[in-house]
Amino acid sequence: MSKKVFSTGLIFIIAFMPAGLMAQALPKGMLESEKRLYKLSIESELNPIAINRIHSWILRLQDSSGTSVHDAQISFDGGMPEHNHGLATAPSIVHQEDGSYLLQGLRFHMMGYWELVLTINHNDVSDTVLLTLDL
Amino acid sequence: MTNQQSGFSKPLFSLVLLLAALLVTWLAMAWWPPSPWSEEEKRFIQSLWIGSLPSVPDDPSNAVDTAPLAAELGHALFFDMRLSANNQVNCAFCHRPDRRFTDGMEKARALGQSRRNTPSIVGLAYSPWLYWDGRRDSLWSQALSPLEDPQEHGSNRMAISRLVTSDMEYAELYEIIFRELPDFTDLSRFPEHAAPEVNEEWAAAWESMEEEDRLLVNTTFANVGKAIAAYEKLMLPSPSRFDEYAEAIVNNEKPGDILNQNEIKGLRLFMGKGRCMECHNGPLFTNNEFHNTGVLSYPGDLPDRGRIDGVREVRRNEFNCIGPYSDAQPGQCLELTHAREGVELIAALKTPSLRNLEGTAPYMHKGQIDTLEETLDHYNRAPLAMIGHNEAEEPLGLLSFELKQLEAFLLTLSAPVAVDQKWLEPPR
Repeated sequence: MSKKVFSTGLIFIIAFMPAGLMAQALPKGMLESEKRLYKLSIESELNPIAINRIHSWILRLQDSSGTSVHDAQISFDGGMPEHNHGLATAPSIVHQEDGSYLLQGLRFHMMGYWELVLTINHNDVSDTVLLTLDL
Repeated sequence: MTNQQSGFSKPLFSLVLLLAALLVTWLAMAWWPPSPWSEEEKRFIQSLWIGSLPSVPDDPSNAVDTAPLAAELGHALFFDMRLSANNQVNCAFCHRPDRRFTDGMEKARALGQSRRNTPSIVGLAYSPWLYWDGRRDSLWSQALSPLEDPQEHGSNRMAISRLVTSDMEYAELYEIIFRELPDFTDLSRFPEHAAPEVNEEWAAAWESMEEEDRLLVNTTFANVGKAIAAYEKLMLPSPSRFDEYAEAIVNNEKPGDILNQNEIKGLRLFMGKGRCMECHNGPLFTNNEFHNTGVLSYPGDLPDRGRIDGVREVRRNEFNCIGPYSDAQPGQCLELTHAREGVELIAALKTPSLRNLEGTAPYMHKGQIDTLEETLDHYNRAPLAMIGHNEAEEPLGLLSFELKQLEAFLLTLSAPVAVDQKWLEPPR
């Protein structure tokens, strides 16, 4: 009975949790890829991220041993699953001289829950980093 | 008989009770005072407040977009009817300053009828895309299009370039702003009328010109657009009644009776159940993006393909941000170089600002909807799109009094343009 009350209470709290309490800034530190092959850090030109403003991110990539990876191919996609649509823009990712990657042309056009996927390809090994944002 | 009567009246009595309970609930929902704002709602209100509007972004493709003299020249050009084939059409003919720069028509009407409804220019300097389908990427490149449109000004770049460089007042300003004054007096090099793709006669005249001369005319024509853009950039919204209310909420002050209960409830619906803020977000109440919302086609017109065509056209346009007449450096045209394509853009049209809905009907890209009430009813029903996919496909389930509350809120967003009156009248 008490379990039931607890579960109901938990569901209630989650259901009514204000979306704005969730993160708007990008996560600090390294994000681990799904298969744990890579670690990725992201630095945004806009922090916290604001809607309706085109901006860039700088990505830094490491392999699982912590060695920087400068020559991977990284692609980026995303969207709002609750609204069944993708990004407003088609961002590009280019290598920079310091070994980082410049992600350009990103603009979020709606508040709410976004899912973003970075696909990393290096030496025929592929892995993905899933990032979620609540703007 | 008595039994029969009581057997008949009992369910009737229950029904009456039920109806009375429903009526009381309905009245309570409609008339109950609004509850206090949550922190989340306060954050949303702040995001819509005009005080959150960042400074007007620079247009890297227009080197004179903040130059006062360019705005002065643009002001004169905006009201000059000589920029038309019949000397009776100017920019203000459709973008009427007394109607917040709209014209009250379903589709714009100048020399003929245009394809779509006249959008306001207030706050447009914040938009990366111009026109309902975003087929231009700057205020200045947009300003050039109507000048050569046979249904609008019906003029041509050669005649306009000659006018601007030969009229003494214009020529003087032009030379100061753009540092050189081209000479188009040699009719053997510069025909009276010439423009590509307007009509056969002008196209033939255009083709007969030397490449270098065409470049000079195009540069002058682009500069005409850049001056008009500098003027249009001044047209910003001023604080509305909603903004006064929002400012009080943001500063944790008591808003008093700036908004009434209906308007406050409408604001809550706007941010919540009405889902309006998904696209009409930020202080301008628009994300300046493209969405298919299933608006019916204009009677007799094929469904509007919208952004799917607009994005292709803006890429082809010679006056775009990466074109030869742009002042942008490589790498500055981020919106154009990262514009997306895809099926989501079929029949997608630009989200308009909701500031100043009062007095700017009819609504939608071809003025298909006459009133705010009908507009809200459209989103409440969420009909299927004629082509593509209606992004707002879920009926909202708003009750009739809620629709009224939402409408009441939307009418709190009206306010004059934030410029001195002199800019809203022809220059003396």
